[in-house]
Amino acid sequence: MDGAPTTAPEVIAGEASPSVRPPLARVPLVLNRRNFDWVTNRIAGAVEGPTPRWWWVSFAITGGIAAFGLICLGYQISTGVGVWGLNHPVGWAWDITNFVFWIGIGHAGTLISAILYLLRQKWRTSINRSAEAMTLFAVICAAIFPGVHVGRVWMAWFLAPVPTQYGIWPNFRSPLLWDVFAVSTYFTVSVLFWYTGLVPDLATLRDRTTSKVKKFLYGVFALGWRGSNRNWRHYEMAYLLLAGLSTPLVLSVHSVVSFDFATSVIPSWHTAIFPPYFVAGAIFGGFAMVLTLMIPARAIFKLQDIITPQHIDKMAKIILLTGSFVAYAYAMEFFIAWYSGNQYEKFAFYNRIFGPYWWYWWVGMLFFNMLSPQLFWFRWCRHNIFVVYFVCMCVNAGMWFERFIIIVGGLHRDFLPSSWGLFIPTWVDIWTFIGTLGIFTSLFLIFIRFLPMIAMSEVKIVLPEADPHHVTPEQHHPVAAGGMERT
Amino acid sequence: MKTPYGHRVYGIAAEYPSAAALYEAAKQVRDAGFKRWDVFSPFPIHGMDDAMGLGKSWLSAVVLCGGLTGLATACILEFGPSSFLYPLIVHGKPYNFWTVPAFFPIMFELTILFSAFAAFFAWQIMGFLPRWNHPMFNWNRFKRVTNDGFFLAIEARDPRFAENEVLALLERTGGQHVTVVHEE
Repeated sequence: MDGAPTTAPEVIAGEASPSVRPPLARVPLVLNRRNFDWVTNRIAGAVEGPTPRWWWVSFAITGGIAAFGLICLGYQISTGVGVWGLNHPVGWAWDITNFVFWIGIGHAGTLISAILYLLRQKWRTSINRSAEAMTLFAVICAAIFPGVHVGRVWMAWFLAPVPTQYGIWPNFRSPLLWDVFAVSTYFTVSVLFWYTGLVPDLATLRDRTTSKVKKFLYGVFALGWRGSNRNWRHYEMAYLLLAGLSTPLVLSVHSVVSFDFATSVIPSWHTAIFPPYFVAGAIFGGFAMVLTLMIPARAIFKLQDIITPQHIDKMAKIILLTGSFVAYAYAMEFFIAWYSGNQYEKFAFYNRIFGPYWWYWWVGMLFFNMLSPQLFWFRWCRHNIFVVYFVCMCVNAGMWFERFIIIVGGLHRDFLPSSWGLFIPTWVDIWTFIGTLGIFTSLFLIFIRFLPMIAMSEVKIVLPEADPHHVTPEQHHPVAAGGMERT
Repeated sequence: MKTPYGHRVYGIAAEYPSAAALYEAAKQVRDAGFKRWDVFSPFPIHGMDDAMGLGKSWLSAVVLCGGLTGLATACILEFGPSSFLYPLIVHGKPYNFWTVPAFFPIMFELTILFSAFAAFFAWQIMGFLPRWNHPMFNWNRFKRVTNDGFFLAIEARDPRFAENEVLALLERTGGQHVTVVHEE
């Protein structure tokens, strides 16, 4: 305590003086000292101009694929699940693989919007809007599969806990019902969070547009927002709480998805490591998809000053981190299979690497998921767009293979060799999955055409002049204004 | 209050060149004792609630109520059918109270769901949104508020409102384009 009175004034004097430069200056999050107006013009401008030709071409392709996927779904619903390659030992295959794949992709969006917000990671502001949109579209694609997998789609309302004349209720102790609640809650909360973040930006579009129709539509959805601090006060609290609510929610969703497997007695499914392993894998695969979408988008819309190499570098590091979690989980599964001494468990993992689906493991899990992200240990790789894109593509594919190995690999050879079988996908299986890729990309194209793909009001907060204690170069000498930047 | 031309006056507003200028002006308006006034900015300004003399938002209390409602809903929804309406032993799990761990996931999900809805509707209702229009939009310059404009308005309804004093205060705090904003 003796030292406190003498040191305290010095520290305060140092903070107050604008001429003190931080010892380790941070790289700015928005490059080239762009101002508020530039941010608005660049992001809103992407929505306002005439529809570019590349957009129509891309949309025609993805829309066509999506339409064919919907035709496959219609054929499957009208004919029956027999049009898929499902058979007796393999009752879950591409459908549930696709479900887990898509729902996992959604998780990166919520991680960026909620968990990084709570951790005060300001770089998230450049990517959170499009990552959240990606979440919604991925969950829409995911929801299709369990929906049609029930076989008689018109009976899907049996999942809902409503009183009927039969007096039958769903079984609340089943992980499949937990899944219904988890996924629908996840989708709803993600929509609320996304829309809440969108309101100030819709107001920006409303105030800029010259078209009466657009002004009306953006105006209605902007709810009369006018940037009042009496609104911001409650808005910021709501945003913080939604982030706080989404954080355990996103961790719960993939945990519940993993319960679908972990609570069963199938060898290689019945493992306690599944919930954290699934969550890490979801974030891993989701970040790869975020980068897959953002790397072209930032080039097309010339957003390199907002989505900077620093952002890509940080996302690559998260891929490396979660990829290493996943690699650890894969290794631990093998170790436990051996250590358990259980012959069925041991066989399941022997079968994983040497069985009929051996190459799925060697290519998908080993090369794509475990090895390819290790490139991100090197700074050069994290800063080379082509390497980043290559790794992301590997991870996108690898995470699909992983789910296929877990699901089909677990089912096709269980306890009795007499009941073993193989799964071979039909064209309907394949095209339904490709169709959801089309639905996903079509929805994303519609999103970037009509809504601001970057949260303008949030990016503005990270500019130095948004700080109420910011001093302009005219007020003080230039070193002070550039104190937070390294040029 | 009306202008000589018969327009009802909403208040007097000024534009400020930066977030920092608006922040300093807000502190002075707060200290001058005004109650019905507001600042407008393209993004939330850190520390502005204190500069305006507003406390912490009590929205969190609403969200807590929402969460408790969700939890109660889940308890009724799960125990009602499983223990009373259609009791059934599935996977060897009992239907009395001790089956409760199997109910935790849905209790958790509904708590989150109801809390999120509470947060979503509360921020709108507490901010008197949605609304079709606002007198501030009658001022042409105000369009910039969603781009890079920083504004402060003192309402005519404020008990301390006196046109000359407010004009002088806004000019003294560095306000530019000080304007009388009409109601319609």
